[in-house]
Amino acid sequence: MTSLHLDAEALYSDLAQRVRPLLRPGSALVGIWSGGAWLAERLQADLELPGRHGVISSALHRDDFGERGLSATVDATSLPFEVEGRHILLIDDVLFTGRTTRAVINELFDFGRPASVTLAVLVDRGGRELPIEPAVSAARVVLAADQKLALARDEAGRFTFHLERSA
Amino acid sequence: MTLNRRNPQLNAHGELIHLLSIEGLPRAVIEHILDTAETFLSVNEREVKKVPLLRGKSVFNLFFENSTRTRTTFEIAAKRLSADVINLDIARSSTAKGESLLDTIANLSAMHADMFVVRHAESGAPYLIAQHVAPHVHVVNAGDGRHAHPTQGLLDMYTIRHFKKDFTNLTVAIVGDIVHSRVARSDIHALTTLGVPEVRAVGPRTLVPGDLREMGVRVCHDMAEGIRDADVIIMLRLQNERMSGAMLPSAGEFFKSFGLTPQKLALAKPDAIVMHPGPINRGVEIDSSVADGRQSVILPQVTFGIAVRMAVMSIISGNEA
Repeated sequence: MTSLHLDAEALYSDLAQRVRPLLRPGSALVGIWSGGAWLAERLQADLELPGRHGVISSALHRDDFGERGLSATVDATSLPFEVEGRHILLIDDVLFTGRTTRAVINELFDFGRPASVTLAVLVDRGGRELPIEPAVSAARVVLAADQKLALARDEAGRFTFHLERSA
Repeated sequence: MTLNRRNPQLNAHGELIHLLSIEGLPRAVIEHILDTAETFLSVNEREVKKVPLLRGKSVFNLFFENSTRTRTTFEIAAKRLSADVINLDIARSSTAKGESLLDTIANLSAMHADMFVVRHAESGAPYLIAQHVAPHVHVVNAGDGRHAHPTQGLLDMYTIRHFKKDFTNLTVAIVGDIVHSRVARSDIHALTTLGVPEVRAVGPRTLVPGDLREMGVRVCHDMAEGIRDADVIIMLRLQNERMSGAMLPSAGEFFKSFGLTPQKLALAKPDAIVMHPGPINRGVEIDSSVADGRQSVILPQVTFGIAVRMAVMSIISGNEA
């Protein structure tokens, strides 16, 4: 076991405060499936934003499709607003290599040409393999390559972090 | 070779590597295809109707039998997955000059094919091809003889699930030339695997023999009995060559007994849906007012067919033999 302790609720409060100044007229929150989508859903309510948040999936643009195939889960993209000309705020729970971010940016552009795309994450764990940096991260941690940090949400909607060994 | 002896469509991990027949496919595999198709249905409504899953792959459409519609929907599906698609009208090429099926495949493999979509008049031809291709090459059966038409069966299941949500309380009637129909065979296997409690095969004795009961269906030689209280009616195309084969007296006679008219449709449940794999013969197996009516889902079937074929092609190409 590890001594790393991350208070996901405290980090979420910090994230919400730091996301607020990033919002502009015409901004839309888009959460990356699945952890980021939970965060976007709660931010949409807590920041009292009108309309519904978007959810975006990397499944159709992944660069490891050849090795992994299609995942068995149905993590479909749902963007209940016009992407064209909008300021998109991408939300994710954990930023690692940047490959998922790259894939969802491609996915986003399949729906139109946004005015801008900004990235805000709960935890930045380093290890980037692409030139992608978040505008906001509530925490930065260093983890071993085979460790996986996963966000969970309980029935009351509260967040916790779990550290797992990846297979 | 690590081919699964009992089911050459699955690899050692039980993952789909070819789609040859619905027979013997586990329910989970069928449901995964239907779930994946749902994702692709929305891709077809996007500004950019293309995803890069098959980018750099070459899909060869090998149609030893003509079928413009099926070939076109496979072509659209492959192109929306960003594959390069090569259509070969084999009926008019090398095979006509005497080249064997496996020699044709060997030559196309030398052109670095990644997937073959095969329609053939001989039952089992896609199996033969699947046994002889390299491990990274995938085969989809687009209809073989009287045996199977699995993507049609899957798009029919997608259509039923879309409109009826749950399979486990349905009565499904398949009407017409069951014995010669690869669509009927694939539908029956899919429906029973997905837990449909009552599947009826409806038609005259010459086209619906009693031994179909072995497939787990209820055989009905009377149309009224066959479609009464049905939730889903699948009409099959009556092939003209059956008329000349002394299996049926005439098209007019068939329509009188088994053609779907508004009067006969009224025997089914009020919210029953009417399906047909196409092309339809108006006035032979189906009345125009039914084909164009409120209960007809024949055109949604075509739309769903593209998403289902995208799902099949992306799933098999993501799995290794």
